[in-house]
Amino acid sequence: MSNLLLETHDLSKHFGEVKAVDGLSIKLHRRKVHTILGENGCGKSTTLKMLAGVHTPTRGHIKKEGVELSFSSPLDSRANGIAIIFQELSLCNNLTVAENIYANNEPKRFGFIDDNKLNQMAKELLSKYKIPIESHVKVSELSMAQRQLVEIAKGLSYPSEVVIFDEPTSSLSDSEVETLFSIIEELKSEGKAIVYVSHKMKEIMLISDDITVMRDGQYIDTVKKTETTINHLITMMVGREMNDIYPPKPDNAITDGDEILRVSGLTNPGVFDDINFSIRSGEVLGFFGLVGSGRSEVMNALFGMLPYSGNIKLSGKEIHIDSPHTAISNGIAFVTENRKEQGLVLDHSVHDNCNFISYETVAKGFIRNEAEEQRVTSDSIRKMNIKVHNADQAVGSLSGGNQQKVVLAKWLENRPDILILDEPTRGVDVGAKYEIYNIIRDLTATGTAVIMVSSELPEAINMCDRLLVMRNKTIVKELNTKDLSQDEVMVYATGASSNAE
Amino acid sequence: MLNKIDNSLESGNNFKHSGNAIVSRFLKEYGGILGALIALVFISTFLSEYFWSVNNVTNIILQSSIVAIVAFGMTYAILLAGIDLSVGSIVALTGMLLVLGLTAGIPFAIMLPLSLAVSVLCGFANGFVTTFLGVHPFIVTMSFMGIFRGAAMLTSDGKAISLYDNAAFEFIFNGYLFGIPFPIILLVAMIVLNHYLLSKTTFGRKVYLVGGNAEAAAYSGINVSKTTIYSYMIAGLMSGIGGVMLASRMFSAQPTAAMGMELDAIAACVLGGTSLTGGRGTIIGTVIGALIIAVLSNVMSLMNVNYFVSLIVKGIVILLAVGIDVYKNKKAA
Repeated sequence: MSNLLLETHDLSKHFGEVKAVDGLSIKLHRRKVHTILGENGCGKSTTLKMLAGVHTPTRGHIKKEGVELSFSSPLDSRANGIAIIFQELSLCNNLTVAENIYANNEPKRFGFIDDNKLNQMAKELLSKYKIPIESHVKVSELSMAQRQLVEIAKGLSYPSEVVIFDEPTSSLSDSEVETLFSIIEELKSEGKAIVYVSHKMKEIMLISDDITVMRDGQYIDTVKKTETTINHLITMMVGREMNDIYPPKPDNAITDGDEILRVSGLTNPGVFDDINFSIRSGEVLGFFGLVGSGRSEVMNALFGMLPYSGNIKLSGKEIHIDSPHTAISNGIAFVTENRKEQGLVLDHSVHDNCNFISYETVAKGFIRNEAEEQRVTSDSIRKMNIKVHNADQAVGSLSGGNQQKVVLAKWLENRPDILILDEPTRGVDVGAKYEIYNIIRDLTATGTAVIMVSSELPEAINMCDRLLVMRNKTIVKELNTKDLSQDEVMVYATGASSNAE
Repeated sequence: MLNKIDNSLESGNNFKHSGNAIVSRFLKEYGGILGALIALVFISTFLSEYFWSVNNVTNIILQSSIVAIVAFGMTYAILLAGIDLSVGSIVALTGMLLVLGLTAGIPFAIMLPLSLAVSVLCGFANGFVTTFLGVHPFIVTMSFMGIFRGAAMLTSDGKAISLYDNAAFEFIFNGYLFGIPFPIILLVAMIVLNHYLLSKTTFGRKVYLVGGNAEAAAYSGINVSKTTIYSYMIAGLMSGIGGVMLASRMFSAQPTAAMGMELDAIAACVLGGTSLTGGRGTIIGTVIGALIIAVLSNVMSLMNVNYFVSLIVKGIVILLAVGIDVYKNKKAA
């Protein structure tokens, strides 16, 4: 046990009556990755904040190599060798990568920042962890995923023994996840202890050594990766058996419904090219493609947010969709991939957000119908099982899953004929995912056509009836998802097979 | 709170309960700022024996009426996460056009709607340039502040123009209706109108949604440009009404009138809890904010506080109010 570096004993944080974390005891070892797993709201973030010195524990303590630590500020935690890399970006976009990494920690010469040394240090840091980013470029020129890597490099710029990653892969694509994993390997070989917080099962099973599961603030168990399975972890996380998180498909979806939408020759030069497809009511049509393949752009065009040439027919009638207003009044709803920026007003109430669309449809002309708006809200909360204290609560204070349910609620009140879902379960915990899948099945059962963009292959295959694979701004293949393997989809998505087209 | 309303509706005896809910909702929303106003009034009672005289109370409301109405327009701009720095110039320009027209012998019944139409047009210019250039309204309205002020100066050759013998014109600020000073009636009418527009109509909802998150509003089918332009047109109209009132009050139009009024209007909004980041704020809050500033100025002048000192005190009070608001929001989050 000489490798034991940090341990928590009975660590608890209560906010009044609410036990955010209660009785957490975990052990972190050098050269090991310890994953903390749990649904949103299970107490993961509070635990990290106690380790970071942001929150003071109500009870219990943190010991490092047998010595009890007490933090009164994040600086104390950092001084004790604990580095935390949070998922929210905190970079200044108009500064360079190097300036960001050493922000507030710049090497100085005669009281002025030593630019040469700054760049030199950043370069060394980036190459040490094999992060493929130039130190002198401005952050504004980087992709979101690259910015996340800069954030990680920033966290690693301080001397540390424990490195904590809070959902680091939420905006990373596959190649950057590989970079992250090689960073973690490097950190392990340096003798550091790693804490990894995520709810992506596949990654967890790849990278972890020990896995601690939390639920509703309670410590459930710590298991070794080699002695557990994904299903076992999920059962511990949600507290109930969940053998198959995907509700079964009805058999008749593809053949039965009437054709509700036909798209032909949809083109916006350089953005998407010659898109052709149709969808029947009651069907779930999937779009799969790698980042940059043009999936989201096609959805934006269908919703009037991007111009296009070509032809869109709704129930046989040709229509030009020139604005979201036109799309909405023709029965199209669009849950975008980015709920915080495009879906919600975060500091407005759950009530206001539930009525984001319907305030206008329930209104009597120009005058709002507040009684009806109340009904919309209470119906939404009930039907979608949105977990709130009260409807006046700011929607930004809800967990990701509940926020996404509010977004769905705002669209579904108007009973759309066509529902476009762009990454509907991103940043959503397993329990809420399951609920969202069931909502989709309920909708299609009543005749709604669902277009679903997903970059999670198991989700795309298990939820969709047909899958359209996009590559290089166009559709390269249509696949029936029955007995479809993930490998087959990837062959088309990556263009690995030369006769794929 | 919504649940409370729901329950009371279901249980049938809705009048009493929802009445309570409305009161508690009102207190929750305006409790802090209303408390500040009441405390200020209470303290003022001891500071000056004249404070509670009918004349003085009327005077406070009259004094605050113009700034309050202009601040209602400002509230729309700030709700959209914007600002309107041109309001003071629109006040001056509208008053100038009205008086020029009246002295040229054009009837009041024609000149009033005409000059108000110009104020709406000024607001349209603000909104249109803001949306179609995509420039921050701070820059746009600052430019128009100079343009409108310059126009007011040009049309009058930089001179003040007096007007004493027009009954309708004088009535606006100096007349009485049902024994109540007409500007107070105007003020109440504008409170009701704007409060109704913002809280009870679909247009008002759009203002809050666009201000809260313009991108999400666009994705929800709201025409963001239209909402923005309409809002600045209302801001222009409110300044126009303020301009007519101010000219009537001074029996003249002055090209330098209402200089710096934009700052008083912004202060009233901010004191009243309107968030500069947009999407949050109310007309009732702005009224209370304007009254606080008016009471403060009034009691300091009753006490013969040096004008320079009173400026410092006002500045400190605004900072305090904003500080308390920020602290409260942090605690709530």
